[in-house]
Amino acid sequence: MTRQERQRLRTGLMFISPWIVGFLVLNLYPFLSSAYLSFHDYAVLSKPVFIGTENYSDMLADELFWKSIWNTIYFAAISIPLNLIIALFLAILLNFDLPGKKIFRTIYFLPSLVPLVCLGVLWRWLLNGQLGLVNTVLRPITDTANALFGSDVAPPNWLVDPEFAKLGLIFASAWGVGNAVVIFLAGLQDVPRTLYEAADLDGCNFWQKTWHVTLPIISPVIYFNGIMSLIMSFQVFAVPYVMTDGQEGPGRSLLFTATYIFFNAFENWRMGYACAIGLILFLIILALTLLATKVSERHIYYAGK
Amino acid sequence: MSKRFSAISFRVPVILVALLVLLSGCGENPREDGRVVIQYWDKWTGSEHQAMQDLVDDFNASQNEIYVEFLSISFISRKLMLAAAGGNPPDLAGLWSMNVPIFAANGALTQLDDLAASHDIHESDYLPAIWSELTEFDRLWGLPSTPGATGLHWNKDLFREAGLDPEKPPRTIAELEAFNEHITRFDDDGDIEVLGHLPQEPGWWLPNWAYWFGGDVWNRKDAITVESDASIAALEWMASYPERFGADELLRFRQASGNFASAENPFFNGRIAMVHQGPWMHNFIEKFAPKSFDWGVAPFPSTDPDRYGVAIVETDVIVIPRGAKHPQEAFKFLSWLQRPENLEKLCAKQLKFSPLVETSESFYENHPNPKIKIYRELAESPYASGRSRLTNIMDFNRDMVNAFDQVALQNLTPEEAAAAVQRRQGKLFDQSYRRWLKVRDARLEDKTQP
Repeated sequence: MTRQERQRLRTGLMFISPWIVGFLVLNLYPFLSSAYLSFHDYAVLSKPVFIGTENYSDMLADELFWKSIWNTIYFAAISIPLNLIIALFLAILLNFDLPGKKIFRTIYFLPSLVPLVCLGVLWRWLLNGQLGLVNTVLRPITDTANALFGSDVAPPNWLVDPEFAKLGLIFASAWGVGNAVVIFLAGLQDVPRTLYEAADLDGCNFWQKTWHVTLPIISPVIYFNGIMSLIMSFQVFAVPYVMTDGQEGPGRSLLFTATYIFFNAFENWRMGYACAIGLILFLIILALTLLATKVSERHIYYAGK
Repeated sequence: MSKRFSAISFRVPVILVALLVLLSGCGENPREDGRVVIQYWDKWTGSEHQAMQDLVDDFNASQNEIYVEFLSISFISRKLMLAAAGGNPPDLAGLWSMNVPIFAANGALTQLDDLAASHDIHESDYLPAIWSELTEFDRLWGLPSTPGATGLHWNKDLFREAGLDPEKPPRTIAELEAFNEHITRFDDDGDIEVLGHLPQEPGWWLPNWAYWFGGDVWNRKDAITVESDASIAALEWMASYPERFGADELLRFRQASGNFASAENPFFNGRIAMVHQGPWMHNFIEKFAPKSFDWGVAPFPSTDPDRYGVAIVETDVIVIPRGAKHPQEAFKFLSWLQRPENLEKLCAKQLKFSPLVETSESFYENHPNPKIKIYRELAESPYASGRSRLTNIMDFNRDMVNAFDQVALQNLTPEEAAAAVQRRQGKLFDQSYRRWLKVRDARLEDKTQP
């Protein structure tokens, strides 16, 4: 390394030093200490007592831990594909060259700027079974269906019915697709015009172009959005926490893994146990991300390759 | 060029670190007049906060050695735990009495027995149900600020509409349910228009319904007893509601009820006739109910007519966290606050009764809540007691709330719901009790402070 290279390296390191310090102090250190504490009985105010793998064996036997994992997977499994499809659909619509498209883009992005706590409060009222707007819209539909088919269906009491509480939350989570829409839009605008022109010459219609040109070209963007929403949805916490007033929802249907970690750490003072669950959640997200990378490898097109 | 940049890029982190160091030193705030500054955190906001602020001002004006700085802190138990863990707790903090066991068991509080004795503060000064909320492991951990006791609150107009005597509240659970049948009525759509009573409204004491059935959910020493007869009976009582009024109908009823502190509260807008509540109701009824709202307070009925007067008594407790910088001075304020005239002033302003045995007649005469004496009698009842003194009370309560939920939704039978709580909480209790016994003596003997 020449003197100049060393100098450049030092300058570069200094420029990213705020991030490095932040990473070491706010990410790596808490991560390592929580891994250490997960092998201890630690009530925050008293010294941690080493208990080996007891937290982990407790976890395996803890029905609430499994319930929270199940709820989280249920939420993720529906909300990830749903939100990706909605976001992609909106992005394709917003990509049409129409008058006023900038206004529409702004409108669709706006809900993403609403803070999560406000979102929780807002949707709690929208989803109220008796007084909420969602059911005000649904009721004429169910009433018509009942009149036509002699059935007896009513719009659900979303947040107090264990069968529907998670669906209500999934519904509400679609509110935040704006970020993904923006990223998709950027991807869509990067698709080379020449490919569409070639497809036009071959006589492709809109769907064929979307399927054979657009989607393959933006596949890295889909992958990125997919991974981001995977990580986000496994950490779902704020909206259900606010929606349930800091409780777990009817029949514990809104007890997610992150919520359970929070309860154990800050209400039950079982910080060691909470650390152990946190570590397991980390491993689950890591494994799923690696799996998604592996599975999608052959389907992602990188122009540089 | 690159030299200048590297100089700047070097300075940025240095400035950041320097700022951090500066900010972290902000806790200390010495006064020019040399008075010792006491940090006091409490949970109150609005008028309740102002009531204590007035007393703090009185104290600060009454002497010139100590100055109390009073702050309103939300989620106080969580923040106190974190502040104590960070080694920077306030000198005084206002917890709820149900928080005392977990803080005491983890050595987070200063033992007050010696300080109390030296300031001539004794057990005999306080109502027994209040004193037991301040103690744990035979040690004193805090002194009361404002207490509360729960009872039956009923809407007299709804009693009249149902042809019941509005001045005669039910005295047994059987009577309560007979009244309930009289009062409850449905509209043409099959929705509940008026409900007599619902154990889940407001549902703040669901874990403790067993008290009114003559038992408890733990043996008050070393075991969980959620499968005891009284506890099962309380769950069976809950199970009778969806059977009589319909699970869906009850869900819809609860969905149409607004927040507690709003005009849509079903008790305030005449949709439910009888609720289990406390002395704060006077204030909320004044604010949110119609002007003509006619209501009464009495003990909540028990199964056994001879045990009339079962109530939950709780109190706000002021503690000195371990690690507080000025425990002696903090206790001086605390003991000043315990003088009858000061506690009475505070409690009257917060619409509560006094926790002291001796209460002046003028206290009741001038009290803004005309029904305050009934709550005080509830706190004096031999059947008054606090919530379960468990260190994992939050987790336990959530399990119990879920048990009542599952029974109300008809997903589980009362026996199944009780067994599920017993299985999980029994195991957790045994584990924490076993771990506690190992450290117990060391923790309770440690009187390093003050």
